Amino acid sequence: MTKRISTEDAPHEKRENLWLLIVSPTIWAVHFLFSYITAAVWCAKVGSPGGSLQPVRWAIAIYTVIALIGITFNGLSGLRRHNFGTESLPHDFDTPGDRHRFLGFATVLLAGLSAVATLFAAAVVFYFFDCR
Amino acid sequence: MSGKRFIECPVIVFAVALVLAGCTGPQSSLDPAGREAERIAGLFWWMAGGAVVVWALVVWLAWSAMHGRVSRHTERQARLYVIGGGVLFPTLVLAGLLAYGLGMMPALLEPAPPGSLKISVSGEQWWWRVRYHTADGGEVELANEIRLPVGEPASFELESPDVIHSFWIPSLAGKMDMIPGRRTRLVLHPTRTGTFRGQCAEFCGDSHALMAFPVVVMEKDAFAAWLTAQRAPAATPQADAGPEARRVNRGRDAFLEHGCSACHTVRGTLARGAIGPDLTHVGGRLTLGAGILPNDHPSFVRWIAETDRVKPGVLMPHYRMLPSGEHDALAAYLESLQ
Ligand code: HEC
Ligand SMILES: [Cu+2]
Repeated sequence: MTKRISTEDAPHEKRENLWLLIVSPTIWAVHFLFSYITAAVWCAKVGSPGGSLQPVRWAIAIYTVIALIGITFNGLSGLRRHNFGTESLPHDFDTPGDRHRFLGFATVLLAGLSAVATLFAAAVVFYFFDCR
Repeated sequence: MSGKRFIECPVIVFAVALVLAGCTGPQSSLDPAGREAERIAGLFWWMAGGAVVVWALVVWLAWSAMHGRVSRHTERQARLYVIGGGVLFPTLVLAGLLAYGLGMMPALLEPAPPGSLKISVSGEQWWWRVRYHTADGGEVELANEIRLPVGEPASFELESPDVIHSFWIPSLAGKMDMIPGRRTRLVLHPTRTGTFRGQCAEFCGDSHALMAFPVVVMEKDAFAAWLTAQRAPAATPQADAGPEARRVNRGRDAFLEHGCSACHTVRGTLARGAIGPDLTHVGGRLTLGAGILPNDHPSFVRWIAETDRVKPGVLMPHYRMLPSGEHDALAAYLESLQ
């Protein structure tokens, strides 16, 4: 196996951050929970069985915008790490530089997945107009 | 080789026919008899069709990846495959199926038009309390059987006094949970006459699997006649002193003597218990014990004498200790309640 000599100044593994990887999926989960709980509480406490869901639909729309902004920032930070240095895909060498790029790339992919999933969850606002 | 094929072919045809035969019957979502069930079956077929197409595509891709010549692909093409086939295609397919599935829900949740037949059903461990609301504001309490007029919407209000149950008549519609402290709704539009089967679809204790009910979809006139008959109090016993009438009369006395009346109502008699199913017309039902026994003399005897064996955990005490003449008389009396 060829071992590349890294001249790049990638962060040491102790300083590498795994948490950034799960930010987007977490936003997706929180978006889902907030949307669900808002609708459940609204329909149980405020709306009657046939009552309007309008405020909840707006709330979900706002949650969705916030979630997508968060996911975008997380994705962009991943993209920055993915583009670190001059190497391109695949980032599969056992070097601090490739680890840094790999984590960035994985963050980008997860952000994309989470964005789609968040939009899928938000799709209900186009189909439900009351608490039935 | 070809001889072997010749033998295998009918076997496969038979196997497929056997599997497909399971798709019909009184309790199949794939053999719909109601508008809601038709929609759900449609959804199933679209999903199944979509799954087959996607599966075939994936298998074809795998096959061509293994057998195709690597050198023929440029890097750009490969990237297109990965992004197109791995990201775009699944996202679009899922979005399409999601939109189709979600788009179906508002229609399924549409309330019945005002003036439709209204029925309250309460799921209780392990039977169904059924109340028909009549047009004049009255109420008829029945149990363990539901009849509906064909071509008319029927609006159900579902509830439960004990644990969560779920009301499901696969041939007619999707299922709806019955939740203590809440009232859930379900609207059915039966489209053809026939006898179907409903089943509790949420685990609710020992005899959850033994909590079913027959559903009869009838012509409108027959339904109206049936409801009128169900509304009437129990038939008064004949005054003649033939042996059969004597047996029925003895059963009626035994019903009060042994305390059956503490839990059961037989309208028109002193029996006014409200804990168990209404028995005013129990002899005219299609089944006994919430869809688990045929409605005949031996089954009545068995239900009374071996209640706990027929239905584990049942909340009705068994009457094994009564002399068998009493079982017989009770059964004759209940059968006479047409
Ligand atoms: C403690 C209350 C109680 C008493 C007493 C009682 N039952 Fe029951 N009975 C029930 C309950 C509860 C059910 C429903 C059981 C189930 O299906 O899970 C039932 C069901 C039945 C059924 C089946 C009804 C149907 O729709 O299929 C019959 C018949 C019946 N009882 C007859 C009797 C007779 C006869 C006696 C007296 C010898 C009796 N019961 C005494 C509570 C009682
Ligand atoms: Cu159950």
